[in-house]
Amino acid sequence: MSSLVDYRTCPTTGLRVDRSAEKLIKANAVAAVVFLAIGGLFGLLVALTRWPAVHFLPADMFYLALTAHGLDVLLVWIIFFEMAVLYFASAILLNSRLAAPKVAWTGFGLMLVGALITNVAVLQGQSSVMFTSYVPMMAEPPFYLGLILFAVGALLGCGVFFGTLVIAKRDKTYDGSIPLVTFGALTAAIIAVFTIASGAIILIPTLLWSLGLVSHIDPLIYKTVWWAMGHSSQQINVSAHVAVWYAIAAMVFGAKPLSEKVSRTAFLMYILFLQLASAHHMLVEPGFSSEWKIFNTSYAMYLAVLGSMIHGMTVPGSIEAAQRARGLTKGLFEWLRKAPWGNPAFAGMFMSLVFFGFIGGISGVVMGTEQINLIMHNTLYVPGHFHGTVVAGTTLAFMAITYILVPLIFRRELVMRKLATWQPYVFGIGVAGISVFMMGAGTLGVARRHWDMTFADALLPFDYPAAAYLMMGLNGIFAVMAALGGLMYVVIVVGSVFFGKKLAEDEKPSYPEVPPASAAVSHYGSSETLRIPGTAFLVGIFFTAFVLYYFVNWKYLSEIWPLS
Amino acid sequence: MAITPPSERIWWRQPIAKIELVWIIIAFTWGLIMFFMMIYWHGAGEQNLSNEAYQIKPQVFAQHAQDMIDEHQVRDESGFPVVHPPAGSDVYLIARLWQWWPILELEKDQSYRLHLSSMDWQHGFSLQPVNINVQVHPGYEMVVTIKPDRAGEYGVVCNEFCGIGHHMMVGKIYVVE
Amino acid sequence: MTENNKPDDAISSNPSDQEQIPLMQRVLDNPFLLLVLGIAVPAVFYLIWGIIEITQIPIAD
Repeated sequence: MSSLVDYRTCPTTGLRVDRSAEKLIKANAVAAVVFLAIGGLFGLLVALTRWPAVHFLPADMFYLALTAHGLDVLLVWIIFFEMAVLYFASAILLNSRLAAPKVAWTGFGLMLVGALITNVAVLQGQSSVMFTSYVPMMAEPPFYLGLILFAVGALLGCGVFFGTLVIAKRDKTYDGSIPLVTFGALTAAIIAVFTIASGAIILIPTLLWSLGLVSHIDPLIYKTVWWAMGHSSQQINVSAHVAVWYAIAAMVFGAKPLSEKVSRTAFLMYILFLQLASAHHMLVEPGFSSEWKIFNTSYAMYLAVLGSMIHGMTVPGSIEAAQRARGLTKGLFEWLRKAPWGNPAFAGMFMSLVFFGFIGGISGVVMGTEQINLIMHNTLYVPGHFHGTVVAGTTLAFMAITYILVPLIFRRELVMRKLATWQPYVFGIGVAGISVFMMGAGTLGVARRHWDMTFADALLPFDYPAAAYLMMGLNGIFAVMAALGGLMYVVIVVGSVFFGKKLAEDEKPSYPEVPPASAAVSHYGSSETLRIPGTAFLVGIFFTAFVLYYFVNWKYLSEIWPLS
Repeated sequence: MAITPPSERIWWRQPIAKIELVWIIIAFTWGLIMFFMMIYWHGAGEQNLSNEAYQIKPQVFAQHAQDMIDEHQVRDESGFPVVHPPAGSDVYLIARLWQWWPILELEKDQSYRLHLSSMDWQHGFSLQPVNINVQVHPGYEMVVTIKPDRAGEYGVVCNEFCGIGHHMMVGKIYVVE
Repeated sequence: MTENNKPDDAISSNPSDQEQIPLMQRVLDNPFLLLVLGIAVPAVFYLIWGIIEITQIPIAD
């Protein structure tokens, strides 16, 4: 027996929990939340500056804050949390010990040191080069060094995840195939390996260049390889948060996937094709053929979008099936009306699903259309889109699962439950507003990463339409709301981790309510009788919105100057 | 459940519910439509990039632009030369910290081969309020044939971050009858 | 029956597990095959193809 490994048994799930995995999950989750707080604060400063009536920061501080915001939330918060998800989905869900905890700790240390080095470099003011750090704009060497250390650390974490899969299979800690959630985490880990390798390929020579050891980095090649990291890192998020959706549906409803085959094939579409969308950033660059652009930007004929559209049905579908089997069968939507909207894990997860689909998903596909990109590239439409995917989608989903993981992993009762009930709504609606109004401003042409939309200091005048100012004001208001929601989250999590009532070894947490595993209701063989009319209706609305919005943008495109 | 291994040893042969299958077919078909829409637009649409591009040294590109300015300058505005090149000709627009140089004056409904390149860092050519956006790189020259279809005064905003003066980088294009 | 019997043989000799696992399920159960595919596809179609196109951009005269 593995006598050297220290296990406890989870009173809620009956799973055997490797304490070293548990410690790593805690450390990564805490680091994640700290950087979310820092990065979120920078984000608020950015939004307040872009609010024309407030125009909070001076130009140099604005560009500094924007660089730090991008790094801390887009990369640091999310990758730290993903490490926690990877260790949870491997060691905990597979009932296994974690492979090489020492390596995992080394990875954690490298990530932490790397993140700190890059943050200090940015705060010193000589590295305000944005998250993308496009050459030949140069940052100080520590900026790149920190990112490389962070990436190497994350790669070690992925290695530990794969190692744990091997150990669990060898030790037969589970029967048959890995759980669907673990498969989703595997998808994220695979994309992470490609992402990190691309990052290393481009950032190492760039570090040498900033040290004066390499004389020239081609800006177009840099940008191509950088986006293999920059965009793919967001595809890690998509895979991870879809896995989190399935996990929350299982933990809150005991829901079972409608079909393992369909859901896993949808993840396979991610593994194969999602990363091609790095080309979204290269559609109006010089020199690429339209063949390359069309094949890559469409994720090989939209097969990865097919994957997302499948998850978009199977996740709510599995919840509906579970709810109906529990007797909530009236009309189209009794199952949804009587869902636990006061449970922040469910509320956050369901809003994440809806906002990711309607706001982030549709806008991403439209913007990633080869020609339509011409009317959106580098406008505020772009951050509008990715706040819909990464914040309303990923961050909200990660926040939602925290409400389940804090009691289960940190063994503390949640504090401030009333506040927790409200948190996903305040944050979710705030972020949805940010996304929609930035997309609106982008449609009116407003540039992203821009300190002054009035162009007061420019030699030649130019004015955006008045509606653009309204959009940016609304964006500011909703950003304040989102920041408040983010603050609520940090307060609840930190409060619970440090001051929540300690749970005894065999004690089940009282909140949020998680049904016993026996509540699993939907099962295979039910495919003949599966009834999910409510989900079908919702999916129909989504599809209609998608088609209409897609063609409206072709109409917009057709109205600009002819180009060839 | 999704957090436990599948209950069947062989789950690949489990039947798929009809409603799932219908949605998969719809979504797949929609993907094909969107894919072929991009190809269709290359033939039927009027807004496509030619993808014509060259590797070019900044000083060579600057010389092309200067030749055009010397030959076709019509006036001066706020220190910028205003150039009225002949319809159908090659026109050059330099992106540099933090200017679009020179000001172009074009004729409505005429085609021009617009050459774009940067002298230093990356810049973003954002023509407003038409909202046409393309990326401008140093060392590369991109050629786009444009056909302004409405007279007026247009702003060229830089929408790629290019340092502390980024927000002052505004250029101008006039389209005259 | 020797001690060299691999676990796989042991499983296939069990009558209830006689049915072969379908190919696609075996693919999806193989994380390292998926890892290779997930790196190779974007590396070939996005990175390598893209960089080849960049290097073939003609030099202006």
